[in-house]
Amino acid sequence: MPSTSHNEDRIEAKFRELHSRGEGALVAYLTGGDPDPKAFLANSTALIEGGADIVEIGIPFSDPIADGPVIQASSMRALSQGATPKGILGLIRELSSQSPVPFVVLSYYNPILAMGLDRFLTKARESGVDGIVVPDLPVEESDEFRNLALKHNIDNIYLAAPNTSKLRLRTILERSKGFLYLVSLYGVTGPRDTLSPHALEAVSSVKSLAKGKIPISAGFGISRPEHVSAIIKSGADGAIVGSALVNIVSQYIENPDEAADYLRDAITKLKAATKKS
Amino acid sequence: MKNHVEPRTRSKPGKFGKYGGQYVPETLMEPLRALEEAYNKFSHDPSFKKELAGWLDSFAGRPTPLYLAANLTRRIGGARIYLKREDLLHGGAHKINNTLGQALLARKMGKRRIIAETGAGQHGVATAMACAALGLSAEIYMGSEDMDRQKLNVYRMKMLGAKVHPVESGSKTLKDAINEALRDWVTNVQDTYYLLGSVVGPHPYPTMVRDFQRVIGKEARKQILQTEGKLPKAVVACVGGGSNSIGIFHSFLHDLDVDLYGVEAGGEGLLPGQNAAPLVAGREGVLHGMMTYVLQDQVGQVQTTRSISAGLDYPGVGPEHAFLMNAGRAKYVTVSDEEALDAFKNLSQLEGIMPALESAHAISYAMKLAKSLGTKDSIIVNLSGRGDKDVEIIAKHIPQ
Repeated sequence: MPSTSHNEDRIEAKFRELHSRGEGALVAYLTGGDPDPKAFLANSTALIEGGADIVEIGIPFSDPIADGPVIQASSMRALSQGATPKGILGLIRELSSQSPVPFVVLSYYNPILAMGLDRFLTKARESGVDGIVVPDLPVEESDEFRNLALKHNIDNIYLAAPNTSKLRLRTILERSKGFLYLVSLYGVTGPRDTLSPHALEAVSSVKSLAKGKIPISAGFGISRPEHVSAIIKSGADGAIVGSALVNIVSQYIENPDEAADYLRDAITKLKAATKKS
Repeated sequence: MKNHVEPRTRSKPGKFGKYGGQYVPETLMEPLRALEEAYNKFSHDPSFKKELAGWLDSFAGRPTPLYLAANLTRRIGGARIYLKREDLLHGGAHKINNTLGQALLARKMGKRRIIAETGAGQHGVATAMACAALGLSAEIYMGSEDMDRQKLNVYRMKMLGAKVHPVESGSKTLKDAINEALRDWVTNVQDTYYLLGSVVGPHPYPTMVRDFQRVIGKEARKQILQTEGKLPKAVVACVGGGSNSIGIFHSFLHDLDVDLYGVEAGGEGLLPGQNAAPLVAGREGVLHGMMTYVLQDQVGQVQTTRSISAGLDYPGVGPEHAFLMNAGRAKYVTVSDEEALDAFKNLSQLEGIMPALESAHAISYAMKLAKSLGTKDSIIVNLSGRGDKDVEIIAKHIPQ
């Protein structure tokens, strides 16, 4: 059972540790089972070897409304290989048994409902999952899920957007565990050449409301080391990189070994950008 | 122990029992709140109501007649079948009731860029018409598969000045067009109004679209009382997302002697992938921001649907229908592609009225039902649209 090493709040501990070293967290995302289970395991291992602080794995869904073309395509690749939520949690279990890195799962709500909330969270916990992001479950709809996540000792990570009102943001901050996932732009996931003008502004306004009670990690459109660096310097505790990594997976589907090499290399550069000094 | 301040746990106005709600990305919570606020304000504003009524009368062609299908009734030999003639509205379907309402609301909110999804193209056409009339710009998302099936409506939208964006993701049909419209909205929330075409999606859409479609039932109830001197035995309407059906059902909800029948697309059968009948063949789930019945596989992936009628080809359904079904107030049944085609033929040849393939599902069920009822009873069928858009598909299926 991997759970012995997972019974503390490992996400919180990770942020504390990084903070004391003067670093931000690099949260690295891949879609589970993309392009196939074997390559996915190799790619995820490369993320960890490259220095990712937290690994976030997406459960592929047929209708990912918060995602842009890159992650949509990765979900379709994984689904066409027969990926299921249970199967992905099994893959995470393999990864987490070999690494102390905290794992976060991202899933749309319907696959969780289909398995049953309690059953999903039980399996997630058994697989070494530390936190969960449900992009289509806003705080108003999440009482039952949040209580169950608390019971299973899985951090329920809420999202905040540039247009989230202060009133709601206070509630979201109060209810988030692990970290707050700050959507740094108006739009869906996807690599962008430049950082959204809203990103830095959003970080500083959320930061001032959070008052250090919970780490803030920014994602969406953060794809390059200079984006990571700017986000961390503006006060974020972490940067989430997804589509840029999934892009590498999709470019080297024919050569999975190369994909892992390029991912390791990309992560090393992104991680270096999280150092504050 | 710290006393937690529990945020709102009140039963929200956007819930129908446990169905409905707002299962959307965080970025949409604020625009949905603003929309709800604007809708609550203007829907009670006499000048807004008057303005909308004016557009519905002189632009859309309301009120629509309630027509006794005497030949069909005679052929079947049971209850008298009345048709609520929404097919006579401008654009050829009930969709204009909603698009005029929402387009006026968008203008009041100061939003000039309108986006919409469309399946068969009827909502896209009705959106393009309302936007042209009200001086708004319209961009329509439509699955590339549907664009092939409904070419005529693609031309109509373009002629009316709308931009049509082909959607190539997923199954390339209505569900994916909604996904893409939601993604556009998330990206352009500040200046864009999402004009959803059915009683689906996150709150306030299911309530707001229903309210704009309620005019159908209000008129029909009054008309049947004038003609028959009593209420009908049943009201029958087809259900895709469910806007025309909820629109006609609503005025009869409290008339408990009036049976309400929603007819879903049975396609080629009730096996997975062969129909578009979530209430009959689906399970509870969350899709497009709402808790409702969804056609999905064991692990919660949304299934592809199949129906000869593009307007019913949707794996979800309005949450209020889920509620009405579980409350036992309305019954939901299916009609197959073949039966719908048969009904199309019957209505065309007996009454000189070509129904939309969507509405032909309701006609088909009403024919069965009429036979089982006495000649003193009556049935109202919502003839939600006309069949001109479907002639190409019908020509393929019915030998000339």
